[in-house]
Amino acid sequence: MLRPDLEIINHWISPNSRVLDLGCGDGTLLAHLIEHQHVSGYGLEIQDENISKCLNKDLNVLQINLDEGLADFNNNAFDHVIMTQTLQAVSYPDQLLDEMLRVGREVIVTFPNFGHWRSRMNIALQGRMPLSDALPHAWYNTPNIRLCTLNDFEALCAEKSITIAQRTVVNHVHRSTIAMRWLPNFFGEIALYRLRSS
Amino acid sequence: MPNTFPADSVGLVKPSIAHFDQPLPLECGKTLPSYELIYETYGMLNTNRDNAILICHALSSDHHAAGYHCAEDKKPGWWETCIGPGKPIDTNKFFVVCSNNIGGCKGSTGPVSNNPKTNKPYGPDFPFVTVKDWVKTQVQLADQLGIGCWQAVIGGSLGGMQAMQWSIDYPERLKHCFIIAAAPHLSAQNIAFNEVARRAIITDPDFHEGDYYSHNTEPARGLMLARMLGHITYLSNDAMLAKFGRVLKEKNYQFSYDVEFEVESYLRYQGEKFVGQFDANTYLLMTRALDYFDPAQEYNNNLSAALSMTKARFHIISFTSDWRFSPARSREIVKALLDNNRDVSYAEITANQGHDAFLMDIPHYMDVFRANMSQLKISGNHDATA
Repeated sequence: MLRPDLEIINHWISPNSRVLDLGCGDGTLLAHLIEHQHVSGYGLEIQDENISKCLNKDLNVLQINLDEGLADFNNNAFDHVIMTQTLQAVSYPDQLLDEMLRVGREVIVTFPNFGHWRSRMNIALQGRMPLSDALPHAWYNTPNIRLCTLNDFEALCAEKSITIAQRTVVNHVHRSTIAMRWLPNFFGEIALYRLRSS
Repeated sequence: MPNTFPADSVGLVKPSIAHFDQPLPLECGKTLPSYELIYETYGMLNTNRDNAILICHALSSDHHAAGYHCAEDKKPGWWETCIGPGKPIDTNKFFVVCSNNIGGCKGSTGPVSNNPKTNKPYGPDFPFVTVKDWVKTQVQLADQLGIGCWQAVIGGSLGGMQAMQWSIDYPERLKHCFIIAAAPHLSAQNIAFNEVARRAIITDPDFHEGDYYSHNTEPARGLMLARMLGHITYLSNDAMLAKFGRVLKEKNYQFSYDVEFEVESYLRYQGEKFVGQFDANTYLLMTRALDYFDPAQEYNNNLSAALSMTKARFHIISFTSDWRFSPARSREIVKALLDNNRDVSYAEITANQGHDAFLMDIPHYMDVFRANMSQLKISGNHDATA
């Protein structure tokens, strides 16, 4: 059973398209897209143990650090450039977004929403950095160094004139509720965006 | 004879020799009237003949990639870590072939072989050979063995360059291409090291312009120096630090030019061991073949164009501390393959052993190697030829 957020992405992918999956982890999403949408493409991953896992799933995986940018890829080389739950862990998310829009026709990004009410409560009431299922790490050992809220992210998109083609917010079990649709930056735990260059 | 070899070794192996009577035109313009290749095989070819793997060797190695030649052998073949039953290149599954390159000195036709024209060793008259030439001879060996398409051609360092050349020159004849710890061509620094090694050999008074055989001598000092220099480039600074540090042979400085430091002792040992085991003319030829390798050259120095006709699935592996052929050099190959939308995987193995890491039993490297090998799909029935 695919994680529901990945299932949402699956519906956003056109069949037989070319896909680049940044921070592809153990390759679950890419393998699913190859099986169900007959896509082709590559996964980029940094962690050693994930490289073997991807190879064992018969994937083309490249051990490349996203902080280096995407210089190995040509303009518009892909139909979709996907990055799930990784934006908050890279050093230069703004530059990487530009790079993703350069190499792909459409960009799909997901990240944990730091504006979720529980995060706000943690800071407001306890005076502590938030810990949650979506953000399980302590401040000193978290890989999530570029946390943002939906509003922050959309402000960046506006600044860069990036078109938001679609937005979906879900909770930590990746389900969407009425409350989330009403106040996404308050109730949404994980944000999924489809982006295009203007 | 009781089997005294480790269970994960191919055990006792015996080289074979293939004769080729057709003249072989070489890239340098000369022609070898005939030649021989010495080779070893491990495992069994299946009925569909689709489980054959060619191993290409590096600068100073040979056809003896795995197993032992006799029960008394202290050391197995040079890639015993990766080839054997249950190892990444699993001989229970694959039919593995490794031949000694022409120009070599371990049994294939080379400078020490008899020149039919003079009835003396070829010596300095042995023509220059290139990676392209080697691949051509390997194709003839494949034909003789009845292998139309290799499941994989695999090589490290100079061997990786041969694998790459295979994918360019004979795209239909390999399904997978493994290029490990290699580069698309040598850098000026790489060539510089080769040049120093060659000058050490050529300026040795015992070199006799390459005709040292007829003087019953060999340029031992030059060859030793060349090997010492080579070994420096095979190790990383970290590996040397871990292996030798500044450890002294004696307790205190002896204030002499004899061996003071352990690292000197190691280099001298490696250099001396090489003499008598390796031919100086072969060393010259092999280093020149390295220098000349540059498949992009005939495509306006455009590596992407050079790789545009390839069909294989590529597996590129580099090692973080390899400064001879650094990860950046492997990434050049990856980039060129991405330009062509080729199937390619790239792993950068964290290892402090330097260039030599590709020969070593590094657990994460073995995992990645195995995972890459899992992408090879064979259809034939393995037992049918038994």
